[in-house]
Amino acid sequence: MSSRDRVLARVRAAVAGAPEAPAVLRDYLTSHTRDDPAALLDLLHDNLADYRALVHRADPAGVAPLVARLLAARGAKSVLVPAGLPDAWLADTDCVRVADRVEATAAELDAVDSVITGCALAIAETGTLVLDAGPAQGRRRITLVPDHHICVVRAPEQIVASVPRAMSRLDPRRPLTWLSGPSATSDIELDRVEGVHGPRALEVILLSG
Amino acid sequence: MPVPPPPTRPVPPPPTPRAFPEAARDAVRDTTLRANLRHATHTIRDKRARAVAELEDWQRLREAGKRIKDHTLRHLDRYLEQLEAAATAAGATVHWAADADEANRIVTGLVKATGEREVVKVKSMATQEIGLNEALAAEGIHAYETDLAELIVQLGDDRPSHILVPAIHRNRAEIRAIFRERMGRWGRPAPDDLTDEPADLAEAARLHLREKFLRAKVAISGANFMVAETGTLVVLESEGNGRMCLTLPETLISVVGIEKTVPTWRDLEVFLQTLPRSSTAERMNPYTSMWTGTSDDDGPRTFHLVLLDNGRTDALADDIGRQALRCIRCSACLNVCPVYERAGGHAYGSVYPGPIGAILTPQLRGTTSEIDASLPYASSLCGACYDVCPVAIDIPEVLVHLRERVADQGGRGHRAEKAVMRAASWVMDHPAALAAGERAAARTRALHPGRPPGAGAWTESRDLPPLPAQPFRDWWKKNRT
Ligand code: SF4
Repeated sequence: MSSRDRVLARVRAAVAGAPEAPAVLRDYLTSHTRDDPAALLDLLHDNLADYRALVHRADPAGVAPLVARLLAARGAKSVLVPAGLPDAWLADTDCVRVADRVEATAAELDAVDSVITGCALAIAETGTLVLDAGPAQGRRRITLVPDHHICVVRAPEQIVASVPRAMSRLDPRRPLTWLSGPSATSDIELDRVEGVHGPRALEVILLSG
Repeated sequence: MPVPPPPTRPVPPPPTPRAFPEAARDAVRDTTLRANLRHATHTIRDKRARAVAELEDWQRLREAGKRIKDHTLRHLDRYLEQLEAAATAAGATVHWAADADEANRIVTGLVKATGEREVVKVKSMATQEIGLNEALAAEGIHAYETDLAELIVQLGDDRPSHILVPAIHRNRAEIRAIFRERMGRWGRPAPDDLTDEPADLAEAARLHLREKFLRAKVAISGANFMVAETGTLVVLESEGNGRMCLTLPETLISVVGIEKTVPTWRDLEVFLQTLPRSSTAERMNPYTSMWTGTSDDDGPRTFHLVLLDNGRTDALADDIGRQALRCIRCSACLNVCPVYERAGGHAYGSVYPGPIGAILTPQLRGTTSEIDASLPYASSLCGACYDVCPVAIDIPEVLVHLRERVADQGGRGHRAEKAVMRAASWVMDHPAALAAGERAAARTRALHPGRPPGAGAWTESRDLPPLPAQPFRDWWKKNRT
């Protein structure tokens, strides 16, 4: 008998005769927030900031100068750029653009100063950005290895109120990364320290208009 | 200004598992440990209460989580087969392990097949449960724990003492000492001028581990959830070491208990709300990774999923005890437990400490050893653990049930009985815990006629403190927080 068969047989024996479990109830809320785009944008902003992401707002004309300023403020000389990122966002920076390539080694990624991406969606109630490797997001590792991540969220279309709203819009077949603030640890006497392994600085640009 | 070196204790040798009462007694005498634990559990429990209060539908989410898990467990055979099919279709290779030895053989074989001698690991209780690191070491493979707390534990030749913050028993001065003394043995040493500031300690860990992440070819993880419908695995974490392990290496091996299955993608919406808030008291943990098999050009090219039984089907067969398999390892029950707060995680002699450990470990391992027989008594039955549990596991009910089981086997020898008596006398030294326990026990005694052996004689021979007029938890809150 294979282990597969053995484990399955044990499971069947264990639950044989057990009463049927009560039906799953889904009477919990699908959202805890008013469906008002401006309110959701503010809530997302507050919750991102609460998790020590640095939050900025911009309109389409303001993105390029803002991105340039943020990169310059970090002293970034190079920036990782995923496929599908709008060229216009980088129009004002003279950082070296490093394309997200399959062949790039981890050490090469480690040598890049910053990364800029879009996202699949953002969850206002939890202050969470979700990346699904779609356009403007690149491979999971590009938002992991460099120490500075700029993420652009398009409001209102990429903002959802809640986790349930997010789940129904996401495709489980894609590799998904949820980010709520920068990397953090509370392992030393519960003092929160940002940036153990992921980027130590997460900057979010809320882009509307 | 140079920072004077903080006072340190020498790094102590690893504790050996003993029955709960003896281990607990030492822990209670260790004032550093007690202070660390008390600070940590109180901080987390207060924050958690606030995070939970933000969701007005908390009780409904809790009930949904409970029912999803109960339904899954009732039909676990079907969901495991569905999970296997979906994960395989997405590019995973699925293995089944009936027990710890088999799981270790499978994983060791997979690592050896890659030709690698080093693996990076993201904190995984399942792999601790089966002793995977030791099994790998026996084959000449070094497993690096990459969670900061696990690194502290591993470098200190120590054991984790909390589900969520495994090094909760170590303060910053001790951590500095461990880093200074031990980091250089395994890779990049700690800097000479390392202070005990948490930011400096985290930076030392970052540099020490980064060189390992960037060269690692094989990673080993656990998972918080597995979705039967889609074959998706989910890992929640904070530091990014999980993302490093799940993203950079070529081969990923995940060892996951069969009870971590949920039926549908949508079910995650419940647990992604309840787990972070119950666990770290955050609206959401900093990083969550979800992957379905392998994907072209993103993440490991090879993914092995090892489905682990190792006693879970024994727990599943127990009508009352099986609810322990609902556990999502949030650790909320540890932080509210008056016994855990005094005794610390090591006293439970297993990777699962605190109230959940007291009911899970004796089910996974049986109650024949002294420590496992003593665990159902490592509780005051005050019920605080049940109140905070996001999947509504009635831990006191299972404890009483397991006490009966231990009592029933008492005739075969004195070992269990002796363990029980020692646990009883330990609780006796802590009148508040006892009073609450007595009260809960009195309430449930009619339902559970089998009492622990010797308990009658024991209670008669001592003066019991009077029952508090106010419920124990009110008293606890007023006097201890
Ligand atoms: S038993 Fe409940 S409270 Fe305790 S760790 Fe498990 S899920 Fe959390």
